[in-house]
Amino acid sequence: MTEALPSVALAAPGGRRMALPVIEAAVLAILALAPLVLQDYLTVYATRVLILCLFALSFDLVWGYAGIMSFGQSLFFGSAGYGVALIARDLDIASIAVVIPAGVLIGFVGAMLLGGFLLLGRHPSSVIFVSLGTMTGAYAADRLARGWYYLGGQNGIPSIQSMNIGTYELSEGPVFYYLALAILVAVYMLCRFLVRSQFGLALAGLRENEQRIAFFGYKVQHLKAIIFTLSGAIAGLAGSLYAFHEGFVWPNMLGVVMSTQVVLYVLFGGAGTLIGAVIGTVVIEAVSFWLSNSYQDIWPIILGVLLLLVIMFRPAGLVSLVLSERERVGSFGRPGRGGGDGTA
Amino acid sequence: MALLEATGIVKTFGKLTALNGAALSVAANEFHGLIGPNGSGKSTLMKCVAGAEVPTTGRVSFAGADITEASPAERARAGMSLKFQITSVLPALTLYDNVLLALQGKSSLVGLVFSRSRGVLHDKVMGMLERFRLAGRANDPASALSHGQQQWLEIAMALASEPKLLLLDEPTGGMSLEERRVTGELLQPIKAGCSLVIVEHDLDFIRDICDRLTVLDQGSVLCSGTVQEIQSNPKVQEVYLRRA
Ligand SMILES: Nc1ncnc2c1ncn2[C@@H]1O[C@H](COP(=O)(O)OP(=O)(O)O)[C@@H](O)[C@H]1O
Ligand SMILES: [Mg+2]
Repeated sequence: MTEALPSVALAAPGGRRMALPVIEAAVLAILALAPLVLQDYLTVYATRVLILCLFALSFDLVWGYAGIMSFGQSLFFGSAGYGVALIARDLDIASIAVVIPAGVLIGFVGAMLLGGFLLLGRHPSSVIFVSLGTMTGAYAADRLARGWYYLGGQNGIPSIQSMNIGTYELSEGPVFYYLALAILVAVYMLCRFLVRSQFGLALAGLRENEQRIAFFGYKVQHLKAIIFTLSGAIAGLAGSLYAFHEGFVWPNMLGVVMSTQVVLYVLFGGAGTLIGAVIGTVVIEAVSFWLSNSYQDIWPIILGVLLLLVIMFRPAGLVSLVLSERERVGSFGRPGRGGGDGTA
Repeated sequence: MALLEATGIVKTFGKLTALNGAALSVAANEFHGLIGPNGSGKSTLMKCVAGAEVPTTGRVSFAGADITEASPAERARAGMSLKFQITSVLPALTLYDNVLLALQGKSSLVGLVFSRSRGVLHDKVMGMLERFRLAGRANDPASALSHGQQQWLEIAMALASEPKLLLLDEPTGGMSLEERRVTGELLQPIKAGCSLVIVEHDLDFIRDICDRLTVLDQGSVLCSGTVQEIQSNPKVQEVYLRRA
């Protein structure tokens, strides 16, 4: 703590801030090179994992950054998936320029409506109210889809046509993988910009002490509704990619199991760091892939124990093994005069 | 006319009546002390003024507007600022970020997203930290401060936005004598542009910095007046002796 004393260090966050960019670069390198070494069927599996990373980012924003416990992320993920599946089936449109924006829009509007209802009361809503409200939403949507013939009932909507870019048909494989990676990187950078801005500082205040910051003039409920809506849009983006990648949508995509899964990804990897959401998703999915091959019957138990161990002994997630608390929270001050961010 | 005018404030918690018709009137640039025995309702009255509690009945007006029903954010935007009895700096954030967080509370959403005020506010943040003798620790997390320093940080945060009225609930709790003296010194200069309502047990401290006092007892105002008037009031002596 003492090295941050005199004037150079005043505005510039002190040394020891190198870990995060290094982790980010390493993860990016691994993801970028993966298809070169993976067999084709594994690249397909890895594409699904990238899309789930995107989904995990959406939950990380609301819970890890803003402290809103949402069990309803699957609602936006699944609605967007169903939405684009219907567009493809009934309107025969699968152009990437239409379906991806449509998926984003569905997630955005869905989250705006639910968030408006759950978060915009006169008094701040309790964590319990919000988590139960979002969970109920996901549960209800799942049941609704199961019972609705137009949506294919229990079976969902099968054999969605491939997404296309102009005349090019985008089927699963390396091209889809790199598309998903490009989108993931773009969304990641957007989130990174946001959480390091002064808005990110407001989110940190929200998460740490929501009552207190209201007395600084923050419109706490508005901030929450905005970040919730944004995260819904990202979940919608992920859901629409997922629908085209898998080629079908089914009610589980909307339900509580899917929501819980994304909660686990983020808690495991490290809530409140963007890279933690990505690492958590990749590690959980990789481990469950491997376990389900090698230990067919008992793998869910092994995975469950693993998750429990991490959450018990590393409440800040896997990334906290290499990332200090200070760097995880970060600092928001003006980049320093002289010595800057990350010069050590 | 008074900057802050609270009248007929009743606040009940279930069967318990914490405030029973309390009143508080503070003029512009006045330092007003709120004293009374433990449990007499000082903190509750501060919270009713600040918007942390809604009075059961009664009115609060501030700068000419009725704010009885206003949200905390609306009060802050009207120029009210506070520090509660329980210190609530944000421990995980640096001192710098704590003050910046307080300063940017009224910025627009777009301004926040694009960090428009970060550069402009930098000097203010550092100025505030310097004033409260914390500049050298700008990059430490607030959790690393002593209790007394956390109180200073919180006063710095409350003052950062240049409020018209500052509410301080026991700002010197847990401070050493020397820290108390410094706190008094640090508060003096704000008088130029700001009124103060302060709850304090240390009567010497209160006497040194306040213009007027209000004494609460069992949820009602026992008396209110200049420091000299209160000091010579036999009822006040009695209350303090009775509880001592
Ligand atoms: N949130 C609350 N719920 C129930 N009782 C409360 C609450 N806040 C304060 N009280 C009660 O109201 C009375 C006044 O409390 P308070 O305003 O904190 O007194 P003071 O600050 O003068 O010591 C006390 O009897 C206290 O127990
Ligand atoms: Mg009190």
